[in-house]
Amino acid sequence: MQVFVNGEVHTLASSVALAALLQQLGYCGEAFAVAVNGRFVPRTEYAATAIHQDDRLDIVAPVVGG
Amino acid sequence: MSVSDPLALYGREFNSRLLVGTALYPSPAIMRESVRASASEIITLSLRRQNPAQQRDNVFWDYVRETGCQLLPNTAGCKSPREAVELAKMSREIFHTEWLKLEVIGDDYNLQPDPFGLVEAARELVNLGFKVLPYCTDDLVLCRKLLDVGCEVLMPWGAPIGTGQGLLNKYNLHMLRERLPGVPLIIDAGIGAPSQAAEALEAGFDAVLLNTAIARARDPVGMAGAFKLAIESGRAAFNAGLMLKRQTASPSTPTLDMPFWQQGEPLPQG
Repeated sequence: MQVFVNGEVHTLASSVALAALLQQLGYCGEAFAVAVNGRFVPRTEYAATAIHQDDRLDIVAPVVGG
Repeated sequence: MSVSDPLALYGREFNSRLLVGTALYPSPAIMRESVRASASEIITLSLRRQNPAQQRDNVFWDYVRETGCQLLPNTAGCKSPREAVELAKMSREIFHTEWLKLEVIGDDYNLQPDPFGLVEAARELVNLGFKVLPYCTDDLVLCRKLLDVGCEVLMPWGAPIGTGQGLLNKYNLHMLRERLPGVPLIIDAGIGAPSQAAEALEAGFDAVLLNTAIARARDPVGMAGAFKLAIESGRAAFNAGLMLKRQTASPSTPTLDMPFWQQGEPLPQG
C-alpha cells in the first residue's frame, strides 16, 4: 500500500502501526512530532495508531523562525 | 534593564523587553551569538517537515536549547485556524511549552494576519491551555476580541514582516496603547532600526519582537547589541515621562535680565 510521508510516496507491504513506521523510516529521539491526515497524533498514541492506504503523514522538527 | 521594571507575561517576569527570532542568520553560530548579545530571554522558532538525516544534523536545535531562553514557537505559514491549532499541538509536544506565537495569515502579499481566523484559533487554543501571544494587526476591535477569548498578551504589527518600515500606523498603535491600559503589548514585525524600537518603547509599548533587522545586518551581533541599548533607552524614557510636543518655540534660556535690552526696545533677534 502507499502512504505519503512529508509529501513523498512510500510503499509499505501491509498496514502498519505508526510507531513501527516511524522506526522503519529512521525517526528517533523526541525532537519531532507527527500529524496524520492533518491531525496531530500525540507520542503516547503512536503504538495504537494504524496507518492505512493513502494516509498523509507530516513529521516536523524544530527549525528557525521569526 | 533594571530588574525593578520587569516585563510580566503570563505570570512570568523578564528583564529584557526584546524578543528575537532565530531565522535568516548567516549561520547557527552567529544566531547564537546574536541572541546572547541581545540579552533576549524569549526567542521564536518554528516547525517544518524534516527527514531523519536532517534531524541528526540539527545543530540549530542544540544551540537553541543552550540559550536557556523561554521558547516561543510560532505557527508561521498557517492560513487556517485548523492548521494553526494542529501545529500548535505539535509545538507543545516538542518544545514542552504552552507558549505560542499564533499566526494565521490572511494575505500572501503582505503576510497580514487573518483577524477572523486568528480569533477562532485563539479561542480554541486558550481552551486547550495554551498561552497565546497572537500576531495581530493594529485594529482595536480585533485586539479586544482576542482579549475576550483569553489572550493575555497582544502582538500588533508595526509594519508587514520583513519590511523594516517601523511603526506605520501610529494613530492606531497609539490608540491601542491608550485604550488597552495594563495589557502587555509587544510590537511584532516591521521594525527595521533601533530608533524605531526605541520609539515603540517610548510610546509605552511593553516590548518589541524582531528578527530580520538583526539577522540581515552586516554585523548581526553588533546590531543585536544596538537594539538592546535602544530598547533599554526607550523604556527608560517612557518611565521618565516624555515632554509634551508643542507648536511654537519656547526658549530654554531665561529671557529675564537679557543684556543690551532697553525698556521700549524689542529684544534682539536670534
